[in-house]
Amino acid sequence: MTTHESRSPAGLILPDYQRDEQSHPALDTPEYRSSALRHPKQPLQYLPHYLTEITGPLLGQDRCGVHDHDLTVQHDGEPLGERIIVSGRVLDSGGKPVPNTLVEIWQANSAGRYLHQGDRHPAPLDPNFSGTGRCMTDAEGNYQFVTIKPGAYPWRNHDNAWRPAHIHFSLFGQAFTQRLITQMYFPGDPLFHQDPIFNSVRDERARERMISRFDLDTTVPEWALSYKWDIVLRGSQATVFEDEEDDDE
Amino acid sequence: MSASTPPATTPSQTVGPFYALPGGILWAEGPEVVADGTPGSFLLRGRLVDGAGDPVPDGVVEIWQADAQGRFDHPDDPRPESSSWQGFGRCPTDADGGFWFRTVKPGPLPAPGGATEAPHINVTVLARGMLNRVVTRVYFPDEERANAADPVLSTVDPARRGTLLATPDDQGYRFDIRIQGDDETVFFAI
Repeated sequence: MTTHESRSPAGLILPDYQRDEQSHPALDTPEYRSSALRHPKQPLQYLPHYLTEITGPLLGQDRCGVHDHDLTVQHDGEPLGERIIVSGRVLDSGGKPVPNTLVEIWQANSAGRYLHQGDRHPAPLDPNFSGTGRCMTDAEGNYQFVTIKPGAYPWRNHDNAWRPAHIHFSLFGQAFTQRLITQMYFPGDPLFHQDPIFNSVRDERARERMISRFDLDTTVPEWALSYKWDIVLRGSQATVFEDEEDDDE
Repeated sequence: MSASTPPATTPSQTVGPFYALPGGILWAEGPEVVADGTPGSFLLRGRLVDGAGDPVPDGVVEIWQADAQGRFDHPDDPRPESSSWQGFGRCPTDADGGFWFRTVKPGPLPAPGGATEAPHINVTVLARGMLNRVVTRVYFPDEERANAADPVLSTVDPARRGTLLATPDDQGYRFDIRIQGDDETVFFAI
């Protein structure tokens, strides 16, 4: 095959990010009704991990305002509800911390209501709570938010469906292949068994990886409870060496 | 017998039902990968539609791409020259499923084995109802030779390749994303 562009340096060496289909839900999960019209029906095409896939947006500290990590001080007054500290580490599946990466969260208020025009649940809005936060992981991959424990809320997926309390997390990692959107749940929630989004993850151990743990050691007396939750993005495999010119082996 | 087992990946979940909270998750310059007036810049516009052909008004489209010379500003790009550009755009869909980006056409990229990737933009689609993000690529119709030699595009069924090609319009290019149905966009497993 001839290509007129001959810019490729000989011996380009790229890492490969581990694929981990078992952990993730199927796009087509019939119990979650909204997935019906929103999953591709054709088989996905294999995309090798080339330069665009092993690089990714490095969104810096300038994305974060001073109060972005503390959702309880973003307004004049204090939000209603149970103040909590949510912290943990962002790691890759090789066990390496992911430093300096943007972590974003969004959530309902303590009454189970989102500040969103589409939310029709007649629970009260809290004028002192917007429900969004941002922070960067530090050099060891640590993140921390101060927020309010979100309430459960009803939705129309099935008879008397209620979402377990959860906080949405968005992570970029350091490569396009590491991008992850997930939800953090709280231990012992009685609503897990009927929630099709939580249960879209078929493997029980994988579901448990979405549940934070109560952590007495990092609570702050007379001020906040504390939950710890580590997030694991996919990691890069051993570097693959490519033959320089021989492409027919 | 390793000392400790590497941790297993955290599962993906949907962004829904209520992403894009006011003043929160989406920042103002999100769709503007480059500033208005940047030489060579254009608008890449499209619609996100579901399996019934209806607009997806509560989705988010993100793009990631090299600069016009085919460079990334990233430590894992092994090439000596670096770029100082962000390469990232994020746009919530509107009531009609519409999204847009202001960007420039990326340069071609070297691939292992001496191959060359045609100019392309990687795309992530997020929405209520999607338990995982889905990923596709935008290619350019005026790059016929490069597209023909592209190591990814060449693995796609010729009958479906057109879904990955932007089409020119008066302000740049159009690229519609059809999650399923007739002309379902080709999506990639990464």
